[in-house]
Amino acid sequence: MGFLLDFVERLGAYVNHRIARLGFAARFLWVMLRTSGTSLMRLHLTIREIYFAGVLSLIIVSVSALFVGMVLALQGYDTLVRFGASEAVGTLVALSLVRELGPVMAALLFASRAGSAITAEIGLMKATEQLAAMEMMAVDPIARVVGPRFWGGVISMPLLAAIFSAIGVFGGYLIAVVQIGVDFGSFWSQMQAAVDWKSDVVNGLLKSFVFGIAVSWIAVFEGYDAMPTAEGVSRATTRTVVISAVVILMLDFILTAFMFRGN
Amino acid sequence: MMSRKAIDVWVGFFVLIGIGALMFLALQVASDSQAFTNGAGYKVQARFENIGGLKVRAPVRSAGVVVGRVDDIRYDNETFEAVVTMTLDQRFKFPKDTAAKVLTSGLLGEQYVGLSPGGDLDDLQDGDTIKITQSAIVLENLIGQFLYSKASGDDQAPAQ
Amino acid sequence: MPPLVEFDNVSFAYGSRAVLKGMSLVVPKGQVVAIMGASGSGKTTVLRLMGGALRASSGTVRVFGQTLNRMRTRELYELRRDMGMLFQFGALFTDLSVFDNVAFPIRERTNLPERIVKDLVMMKLETVGLRGAAHLRPQQLSGGMARRVALARAIALDPKLIMYDEPFAGLDPISLAITGKLIRDLNDALGASSVIVTHDVQESLQIVDHVYFVSEGRIVAHGTPDEVRNSELPFVRQFVQAQTDGPVPFHYPAQRPYREELLA
Repeated sequence: MGFLLDFVERLGAYVNHRIARLGFAARFLWVMLRTSGTSLMRLHLTIREIYFAGVLSLIIVSVSALFVGMVLALQGYDTLVRFGASEAVGTLVALSLVRELGPVMAALLFASRAGSAITAEIGLMKATEQLAAMEMMAVDPIARVVGPRFWGGVISMPLLAAIFSAIGVFGGYLIAVVQIGVDFGSFWSQMQAAVDWKSDVVNGLLKSFVFGIAVSWIAVFEGYDAMPTAEGVSRATTRTVVISAVVILMLDFILTAFMFRGN
Repeated sequence: MMSRKAIDVWVGFFVLIGIGALMFLALQVASDSQAFTNGAGYKVQARFENIGGLKVRAPVRSAGVVVGRVDDIRYDNETFEAVVTMTLDQRFKFPKDTAAKVLTSGLLGEQYVGLSPGGDLDDLQDGDTIKITQSAIVLENLIGQFLYSKASGDDQAPAQ
Repeated sequence: MPPLVEFDNVSFAYGSRAVLKGMSLVVPKGQVVAIMGASGSGKTTVLRLMGGALRASSGTVRVFGQTLNRMRTRELYELRRDMGMLFQFGALFTDLSVFDNVAFPIRERTNLPERIVKDLVMMKLETVGLRGAAHLRPQQLSGGMARRVALARAIALDPKLIMYDEPFAGLDPISLAITGKLIRDLNDALGASSVIVTHDVQESLQIVDHVYFVSEGRIVAHGTPDEVRNSELPFVRQFVQAQTDGPVPFHYPAQRPYREELLA
């Protein structure tokens, strides 16, 4: 009996702790949004973060996109050709990328590369008392350090997703048309007939925008909340990647259910 | 550590590539189905006994060319009919006695509304209703008809 | 003349753990004051309360005659313009050069044109003897040099109150002497007050005007360096003469006597 009570008590404490942390994260987001004027007025700070988050993620995004597109075409052709529908491979590649793989994979790659870097950076600044020093000099670290990194991520994310989709389609083209020999005209025309600007591309971009907010928020919060020790920073970095991945996939499901319901 | 100028250049480059990707997606990959709705079209209605698998945003074709989109599909509980509202491209005028049929593209493809123009001198205006309609062909009914006619046909096999 | 800093029966608890219990001290204008005690006695908490980074649970903290307890963030930020703090390992911004680090508070808090900023930065760096290192990055500096740059940054806006968190920790004898000299000279040149949290007895007694001893969250003794050197109080004697056992015990309290432990 005592064991059961003990278990329930610990479960309650755990849930309490989680909810308290979530509440703290929400207040943190609110303060960050409130002080975002700095990110706008000191634009070079934000631009610097777009460089570190976005530009430096270009290589990994481009290479991954190319291979994903090529694999889609390869696998897609293999199955479609059995139904005599090999010319639909362009449609398959484009829709998969634009609706799902572009936003989701770009977000996952972003979280692993840029998100973890942001968490580590902020966490280390906290551990070496740089954030406290800034506060003592009456400069709000949330406005100056956290804000630009958050907005840098939010701005970079949709761009990276679009680049992922575009390069992926190109990769699909390389395999399907250039390598396998699907008809050039059919490839593009069938694709264009099936992919709708508003409901497919724009929805995909909307997804990536939401992912961008989620991942950037998680990254800066974990860094800011990290224990100021080496172990604490390392754990925070891992948390960023893991929590981002789960949240991205959850959000993807929710958004897809909303956006792509049977017409 | 890069100078501020170098960073600005790279970020500008990055944004350009991003926009380029978007343009590629917009022009080469996708097509805009809402090109002529919201402004450059006029709305007409048609009532069907059965619309089959017709969905909103399905194309409206005439002679095989897309001339409009299905906007809205409702059910009239009084007349027990489906009421389909569609937007037609402003550029194309159709006579008042045009017929609207629910057709299937290909054998098992998506359903769309096909328009067969009549010969009336007056054209359909915004808000008009198409009077002549043909419902979708439902496979089960077709099979039922076939079996029935087969059965009665056999009975009437000329024995003379 | 009202003291620059005044603690009046201040208590502070971290969660359920009481760190400071009814602490009272004053820092007069123009003086260098040392706060000494064993590790974990609450010394750094005193600095945090002084800077407004923490709020006292009870009692009043007054700086420049203003009460910190109920102050809003904006007022606190204004107050901090006249304060400078040197963190234990410098806390320099690793993504900026030495020059930019010292220029940071000037650029953030004033609208001075760049050439005046440059003059000010060079002047501060010259004061700490590191004008030649202006172009270096923090990663390229030794510990002592990093701390000197941090000191230059702390005095960039000519503060009236300078706080030092363990400024002597881990320094070689030369850097030790330099740091002590700088703390004293800067204080007098700026007409400021300085508060040093430290457990380096020898170096501090040479440069400070007054010493406070903290143990278990309270002030257990205070006086001028001479009074401290000649003090009869057991705690002070143990500290000053670096005795291994005394009021601050050698043994961490254990559950049961050693004899029992061995025979169990």
